[in-house]
Amino acid sequence: MRKILAALLIGAAAAAGAGAAMAQDGPLRIEIDQGVIEPLPYAVPDFVPETPAASEYATQIARVIAADLSGTGLFREVPASAHISKVTGFDSPVKYADWKAVNAQALITGAVSVNGNQLTVRFRGHDVFAEKELGTGLQFNGTTDGWRRMAHKVADAVYSRITGESGYFDSRVVYVSESGPKNDRRKRLAVMDYDGANVQYLTNSASIVLAPRFSPTGDRVLYTSYESGFPQIHVLDVGQVQRKVLSSGDGTMSFAPRFAPDGRTIVYSQTQGGNTDLFSMDISTGAKSRLTSAPSIETAPSFSPDGSQIVFESDRSGSQQLYVMPAGGGEARRISFGEGRYGTPVWSPRGDMIAFTKQNKGRFHIGVMRTDGGEERLLTASFLDEGPTWAPNGRVIMFTRESQGSAGRALLYSVDITGRNLKPVKTPDGASDPAWSPLQN
Amino acid sequence: MSGLKLAIAAVAVLGLAACSNNRWDDTANGGGAGAGAGVGAGALDPASPAYFQQTVGDRVLFLVDQSTLTPEAQGILQGQARWLTQNADYVVTIEGHADEQGTREYNLALGARRANAAREYLISQGVAGHRLKVVSYGKERPLEICSNEACYSKNRRAVTVLAGGLTG
Repeated sequence: MRKILAALLIGAAAAAGAGAAMAQDGPLRIEIDQGVIEPLPYAVPDFVPETPAASEYATQIARVIAADLSGTGLFREVPASAHISKVTGFDSPVKYADWKAVNAQALITGAVSVNGNQLTVRFRGHDVFAEKELGTGLQFNGTTDGWRRMAHKVADAVYSRITGESGYFDSRVVYVSESGPKNDRRKRLAVMDYDGANVQYLTNSASIVLAPRFSPTGDRVLYTSYESGFPQIHVLDVGQVQRKVLSSGDGTMSFAPRFAPDGRTIVYSQTQGGNTDLFSMDISTGAKSRLTSAPSIETAPSFSPDGSQIVFESDRSGSQQLYVMPAGGGEARRISFGEGRYGTPVWSPRGDMIAFTKQNKGRFHIGVMRTDGGEERLLTASFLDEGPTWAPNGRVIMFTRESQGSAGRALLYSVDITGRNLKPVKTPDGASDPAWSPLQN
Repeated sequence: MSGLKLAIAAVAVLGLAACSNNRWDDTANGGGAGAGAGVGAGALDPASPAYFQQTVGDRVLFLVDQSTLTPEAQGILQGQARWLTQNADYVVTIEGHADEQGTREYNLALGARRANAAREYLISQGVAGHRLKVVSYGKERPLEICSNEACYSKNRRAVTVLAGGLTG
């Protein structure tokens, strides 16, 4: 018993020592790609309400910021119950000694004012041990119904200042909401904030919908619908909730549509005579061109962020594997060579990696590899994991995890590309096929 | 305590309902390859859709990740072709399906291969191609919902669904 206690004390001292060392050696910094073992402690006391109507927002905004930062697994909140100082004015001097005493290495202070439906949020980040501000303070203006987005913007700014990478909190996820048992499953398209808040349904559940994808600016969603009785490609304007069918209704199957980075071209799979190939289409003119012509299955395409290449899956070798080809079609190069089957490749927004689903020995994995197939790393393992999508900063992956058996249910999970911080994403019902939006403006 | 018992009873009833209510199964007896010779099959009108489903057999099954027709499947399709030749008013949609062991879009393509294999075989047996549409549901419409081979083998199927007459 005494031994355990001693070990804990040493652990605490080591953590405090590391904090001090960090402050002396340079700016407060987390290197994400090395994987963080000891999350960085921070405090975010309630923001200061500067108008009477602002108090509720001032508390809630601080809570959303904390949920964003702690949810990354890179930061750990020092809870309000441990705080010594109370922040009563946005411009009052910060009592750094009080925050050092509770080992908060970063401190976020802010103020909120409300005029009518206008909301103004100001914030500052502080490097507690260096006793100075972390970058300059920022102000965000918006409407009260967008208060969560403003909290996400503050958290993105803090994350970015400490990690040196862009954030991902002010983003949305389009997915398929699922209800009912496995043999009578109802599916409809839904969109939500990345953290599961503000769920909005985009279609009813009268026909099957599959695998939605955001346009590069996040204003439209491409997906596959069985509305006509055959899988066809639909595009939906998220703001207006207006729909349009893109593929022809001649009884051929079209599915797996993805936007090119230009937002005007799409690639997709079309099946003729039982054979599935990849095609591209200019969505304004409807002009199509064939990208592959092989007797094998070619599907699940994904553009490189510069639009020059497409990664896709094909079973031309006898089993599902990943290939890269020029965006206009042409010779494809196989990039997956490990054991098992590889599918659903998705190019990272940073351009440096490809996420995929791997099936091996009866298990499913989400993994990442370099774009040449090197450095394959499996991040998850379960009965059925599939369909990765990248956070806008290329550091986190969301995917579908389906549980086994007659009561099996699909839910969304997220994991860091280091394999750490695996956790469920909260949704009101079952959920599958997530696709992450770009950061909002 | 009695509340708990009630809840368990309710679950049991739901479980039974789930077993018998295969919404996507259009045959009364659940089917499977060679689902013919059911009780009372002799009483069916040989020209009726029910006879096609239950006596001829409206579906063929496939091996894991395969779309090749087994000898048993070919036998069933020969029966289907004979029936369709004798009942020339019907058009059909062949629905291809996959089990849950596969990624969603791959399974759509795999289901299409299976449906097409059945279609090509029916054409080889003399059924006119324009009567035969195909569609794939991938793994979206399983009949059986357990996660083992007993269920998977019934879900890897191509079902020939009779749809209306050619003539008005």
